[in-house]
Amino acid sequence: MAKITFVTSDGEYITVEGDSGSVMALAVENNIKGIDGDCGGVCSCATCHVFLTPEDKERIGGASDIEEDMLELDDNANEFSRLSCQLQISDELDGIVLQVAK
Amino acid sequence: MKRSEFPDPFENAREATGLGQMDDQNDPVTMLLRHKDVRKTAHNWKTFQSGAAPGRIVIPSEVHIRDTRQIPFEVDPPMHKEYRSLVEPWFKRPLQETYKDKLSKQINDLIDSVVDQDNLDAIGDFALVLQSRALTLLLNIPYEESETWISWGTHVFRSEDTALDGDKASILYDYIDGEIDKAIANPREDLYSVLLNSEVNGKKLTKEEVKGVMILTFAGGRDTVINAITNTLAYFAEHPKSLDKLREEPEIIGNATEEFIRYFSPLTQMGRVVTEDTHVCEYAAKADTRVSLCWASANRDEKVFENANEVVLDRKVNPHVGFGFSHHNCLGATHARQIMRIFIAALTEKVGAIEVLDFKENIEELGEFKRKVGFDMLKVKMYSK
Repeated sequence: MAKITFVTSDGEYITVEGDSGSVMALAVENNIKGIDGDCGGVCSCATCHVFLTPEDKERIGGASDIEEDMLELDDNANEFSRLSCQLQISDELDGIVLQVAK
Repeated sequence: MKRSEFPDPFENAREATGLGQMDDQNDPVTMLLRHKDVRKTAHNWKTFQSGAAPGRIVIPSEVHIRDTRQIPFEVDPPMHKEYRSLVEPWFKRPLQETYKDKLSKQINDLIDSVVDQDNLDAIGDFALVLQSRALTLLLNIPYEESETWISWGTHVFRSEDTALDGDKASILYDYIDGEIDKAIANPREDLYSVLLNSEVNGKKLTKEEVKGVMILTFAGGRDTVINAITNTLAYFAEHPKSLDKLREEPEIIGNATEEFIRYFSPLTQMGRVVTEDTHVCEYAAKADTRVSLCWASANRDEKVFENANEVVLDRKVNPHVGFGFSHHNCLGATHARQIMRIFIAALTEKVGAIEVLDFKENIEELGEFKRKVGFDMLKVKMYSK
């Protein structure tokens, strides 16, 4: 079981728990504002964009090539950007704090 | 050729030069064929604009049959963002459970009414009906209104012999004018009234702006949804094991939906007008000429998609551009995705097998390319499970 905290664009902190699947799916289940996950997690819509903290990025790594291709044309993207559909929930993610981009 | 096969006519040109050429009513189009170029160009709105003369970025061009600017589709940033932010929450409603439940009931009822019927007209008596009824949910207007739209037939925007028909287009434009007037006289809880009550930059939307959003909503989701539905039926008819697989693994219906959108690419391409002399794929592109973002070609780019010409139902990573890309990505995509997911789920629950009895392919003539985009006629029988 991993505890994952989303920080929405309104500054609201929402902590939810999950044990499998993608972070995007967990966010959609919990109606996290700003994460729509329109494409269901196949990396084609970029509606699940989040920012890692520098510490979390160090721990779990940055965007994959396919995420970078999606994100390189997003004006809001930076080195801490990830698409949360590509983050699989595991114990490694426990305690992670994700700033929702939208 | 197999009925459910949709060949990629762009492969050689995509590899050789990355470009194609076609004429369109004496306003030629340079087609961009590579995934990377299509995405980059879609993003570069300053050099490749959407806010040209109304109708010009559409291929075939609609400049001679339409003066109303479609919104937000034919508007560039920064104004685009104002309109898009205004309409986006409304077009995200298909994510709501109540919306999904209503859509599911509509689609299941329709399948119940045609299953085991001999020689079903899969376009006129199925896909068009499904699309029209679903549109009542998107607009939040009474279900019965779909009868009017169904009565227009499939070719309100497209006649049999020519790609464009001004008289038929005016049926839609006149209808929308009438509905806007009705909504002004008696405000309702539908998209017309929501738009009429909305402001952009502190100013109420004009009737012309409301009309621009409504035309986009009607036109953008008609042929495209119909093609997606009928092509999917043809596919399952020839791939019964795929239907069985989705029956056994309903959790991949979302992946399958994205894969069908990639493979079928119901909208072949969308244009942009070049605003300054520039280059595409090392070739000169002059100001005030047109380029197109060829979604259908980009979606078969082997550099991005392994086995690009195959339908891989559970394709995990699928950065297709079937709903476009960047600022102008499809406003109706949320609705379209729900239609496809619910439609596929309903088929797996109710239909054992599908048989194609007769068909005529709809082949687009795009200069040097001929592309099958769907069917002009498709007769099927769906056998109950």
